[in-house]
Amino acid sequence: MTAVQPDLSEVWHWLSQVPDPEIPVISLTDLGIIRDLVWEGDTLVVTVTPTYSGCPATSIINLDIETALRGHGIGKLRLERQLSPPWTSDWITAAAREKLRAYGIAPPVDGTAADGRLAGRISRLAGTSNLVIACPRCGSTRTEKISQFGSTPCKASWRCTDCLEPFDYFKCI
Amino acid sequence: MAGAVDQAAFVEWLQRIGDNALILGHRVSEWCGHAPVLEEDIALANQALDLIGQCQLWLGLAAEVEGRGRTADQLAYLRDAVEFRNLLLVERPNGDFGQTLMRQFLFDAFHIELLRALKSSADPRVAEIAAKAEKEVAYHLERSADLVVRLGDGTAESHARMEKALKSQWPYTGEMFLDDAVDAAMAQAGIAPLPSSLRPAWERTVSEVLAEATLAHPGEAFSHKGGKRGVHTEHLGFVLAEMQFLQRAYPGAVW
Ligand SMILES: [Zn+2]
Repeated sequence: MTAVQPDLSEVWHWLSQVPDPEIPVISLTDLGIIRDLVWEGDTLVVTVTPTYSGCPATSIINLDIETALRGHGIGKLRLERQLSPPWTSDWITAAAREKLRAYGIAPPVDGTAADGRLAGRISRLAGTSNLVIACPRCGSTRTEKISQFGSTPCKASWRCTDCLEPFDYFKCI
Repeated sequence: MAGAVDQAAFVEWLQRIGDNALILGHRVSEWCGHAPVLEEDIALANQALDLIGQCQLWLGLAAEVEGRGRTADQLAYLRDAVEFRNLLLVERPNGDFGQTLMRQFLFDAFHIELLRALKSSADPRVAEIAAKAEKEVAYHLERSADLVVRLGDGTAESHARMEKALKSQWPYTGEMFLDDAVDAAMAQAGIAPLPSSLRPAWERTVSEVLAEATLAHPGEAFSHKGGKRGVHTEHLGFVLAEMQFLQRAYPGAVW
């Protein structure tokens, strides 16, 4: 006999408790990478979108999803990769942004993604940034970019000129 | 979908774009543990990751279109140099940090225009990979342009090195904009733009950045070519020897 299919809202709840492997204070649903859940007959189809093309956490994330759902008794499941629309940091939930800040990572400032259109602002490029990022430790906005890339593809390196601590900024993409 | 697509030409074209990402990604990854400062080491490693991730998508699609049951990994690890379709520019040795950065900048400025055009490809699989990659490459270009300006307009030593880097990489940029029969077939099918159509936008970005970096624009120059049809410099063999060693020595090895 087959077990009763769990309600999808319950499955969403289970996935909201699976931590991101690299930033464990936020979950996979906080990050906005679970795009869809649907039952196809007795098979649960989970649609996942990668954050970055080469994000090394992608395979671990898939494994974690599978492990979690099997732990909740889902026997038949299939993971599907969806590239379009491409993942954007805009999908990170408000609650998750607070969790990031508390963890020491400045959350993304929406609408500031690089677009590669350099014309007319090259003279302002060198070493400067039009971004105002508050230090996640002391709250000061006297901060500066160290590098466009940080400890993972999704982060940049910044430092605070008040408390002098370096910190990660979750890039807007 | 636009009209009939020549399947062989499509696979060939997908290998070109995938191989550019793969070989440049490998080159950039060679800096891991060797960059001048920790932040640059991390930045280079992350860029290499982006490029190798994009390569997996492109070569994965190449394998799918080819329909012979090969995988992206098999294309990356089991082809010989003559079967690679990357531009000569991306296989150029890393040289010093200035050479690496200049190569990156000249490629990024082309890469972003190509991806931007591919977002409206008649093949939705191409369009969605391009949309994903464009967001990443926008950060690559901002970083490389920023550093070209800072080092070009920096100390006498950094200026001299950037000038030398520009002079040595420049003859390898012309190949990016050469159209051939494969490009014509892709343009005809609405899959990809003609490479030559990307040149004006590239030229605008490059001219503006070089001017800001106080580096003289090299102007018209002799153009090395061959990578797109598998005629490579001697450097590619060394890249492949390192990159493919494990799969060649231990066929089918998995983690
Ligand atoms: Zn601070």
